[in-house]
Amino acid sequence: MSVGKIFKFHNDLDTDQIIPSQYLLLPSIEEMKAHAFESLDPEFPQKVKPGDFVVGGENFGCGSSREQAPGVLKALGVQAVVAKSFARIFYRNAINIGLPVIVCKELPDQVETGDEMELSMADGTAKAKGNTYPCTKLPPYMQQILNQGGLIPSLNEEVI
Amino acid sequence: MGMTIAEKIIALAAGVEEVKAGDIHTVTLDRMMSNDGTTHLTVDMYHTKLKNPRIADPKKMVFIVDHNVPSDSPKTAAAQKKMRDFARENEIDFWEGKGVCHQIMMEHYVCPGELIFGADSHTCTYGALGAFGTGVGCTDLLYGMVTGTSWVLVPETIKFNLTGKLPRGVYPRDLMLTIIGQIGASGASYQVMEFCGDGAGTLSVDDRMVLCNLAVEAGAKTAIFEADQTALDWLAARGRKPKAVFKSDEDAVYVKEYTFDLGKIQPVVARPDFVDDVVLAKEVVGTRIDEAFLGSCNNGRIDDLRVGASILKGRKVSDHVRFLVVPASQEVYLAALEEGLIRVFMDSGAIVMNPNCSVCWGSCQGVIGENEVLISTGTRNFKGRAGHPSSKVYLGSAATVAASAVKGEICTEDLL
Repeated sequence: MSVGKIFKFHNDLDTDQIIPSQYLLLPSIEEMKAHAFESLDPEFPQKVKPGDFVVGGENFGCGSSREQAPGVLKALGVQAVVAKSFARIFYRNAINIGLPVIVCKELPDQVETGDEMELSMADGTAKAKGNTYPCTKLPPYMQQILNQGGLIPSLNEEVI
Repeated sequence: MGMTIAEKIIALAAGVEEVKAGDIHTVTLDRMMSNDGTTHLTVDMYHTKLKNPRIADPKKMVFIVDHNVPSDSPKTAAAQKKMRDFARENEIDFWEGKGVCHQIMMEHYVCPGELIFGADSHTCTYGALGAFGTGVGCTDLLYGMVTGTSWVLVPETIKFNLTGKLPRGVYPRDLMLTIIGQIGASGASYQVMEFCGDGAGTLSVDDRMVLCNLAVEAGAKTAIFEADQTALDWLAARGRKPKAVFKSDEDAVYVKEYTFDLGKIQPVVARPDFVDDVVLAKEVVGTRIDEAFLGSCNNGRIDDLRVGASILKGRKVSDHVRFLVVPASQEVYLAALEEGLIRVFMDSGAIVMNPNCSVCWGSCQGVIGENEVLISTGTRNFKGRAGHPSSKVYLGSAATVAASAVKGEICTEDLL
């Protein structure tokens, strides 16, 4: 996978920060994505480029089950979210829509916004600032959903 | 090996004898609930992304418009129309303006032993009746709607042994915030919080809903009580029967155990911007507020309105405070009306609103402005949750919220 820039956020980052409630009923994710991280970094949607990374601490994506949260990150081209741990609904939603979510215990404390990183899902490693960090691999069942591009593509593959 | 209540529900839904934490199983879902926070996206995906769009069993589906009621903009109206039309075309049970989704589900659908997915994080509320309810996103909901099934990673269970009885002037909300404050926002991540012990038996179904509802704020997949006689009587009074009534086995495996003495719980609040930043209410007494909110799927039930009205009776809401009272359902609203509570609220200067999620989700009614402070019985106090990113939300019990509305600053019932 290619090198991308890091946007780093705090522990217990809740999904209200990723996409505030007042935009959830807009007609589409495309319209919502301009408001991603509005409360913390209003310029995030302009600054983030396809292939960049969102890095979090512990319990990333806690709170509301809004699938719009991983949805806007994917729509903005975020390559993966890397965090020390994830809240379960965000984690499941991200896999279901085909957005890689990677548990990496060490990297988040060693990097800042603006640093570059490279992710190898096959090797289960992330590289940043000259160091290589191990990542936790997904259980095979979830990796398979991700490989197919999410839950709906995998549903469409099922024989009825 | 013995199983917990949660494991037994999953085993039944998976059609297997035994499950253990860490297993992944395909389960048949008993019910699915979706609200206006995401259903318009689910409907879009249904029409545009599926090779073979179909609904396994419309009778298992419930659609509830509760987040932005009545609609606040043409775009909201369009999103809700999409949901309404889809429900009618497909003969899906549809509720609009009748109450907050979890309250409607508890009043009309949830039965002990069921496995329920809801496209809302507070679906864990259903554990109050011994059901396994868990929050999912709209893709999971869509998959469930199409196939009638889903996959579940069997979670570990934490046992919360409750002893004693809550003192007078202390409420289940204080208990649950105390628990979350102690274990933290990820203290039960991916796990089940099982409440048991003598103290659990002293709690009504409404009280149990308060505890289960907030479990997701500790990261839990769900929370659950055994469906005891209290729960079964509640269910029977509503003309419903359990799917299955389970107890955890003596040799069931728990990943951790905690004991909480209800007699030692005191009034607490969660400070902005995290639900686990919990302190004794007396530590923040005197903090000036601009708005107070009594409502939500956590604390908008008749018990909460009774507590609020008992404090407001003969008193006035502070002249610099807007006090929003929002019954969790029309059933609750009508009960409050018959008991004279609505008149008490109106006489005191409160604004009584239609049943809905209101300012708890910060997009429709009662949104607060720059640097404003809200004290709320809502579910969350995240940054900007109730409006402007600079605004602040404190969470507390119905009593603390009502007392604060009168005082114009954070205040507990005993200090009023």
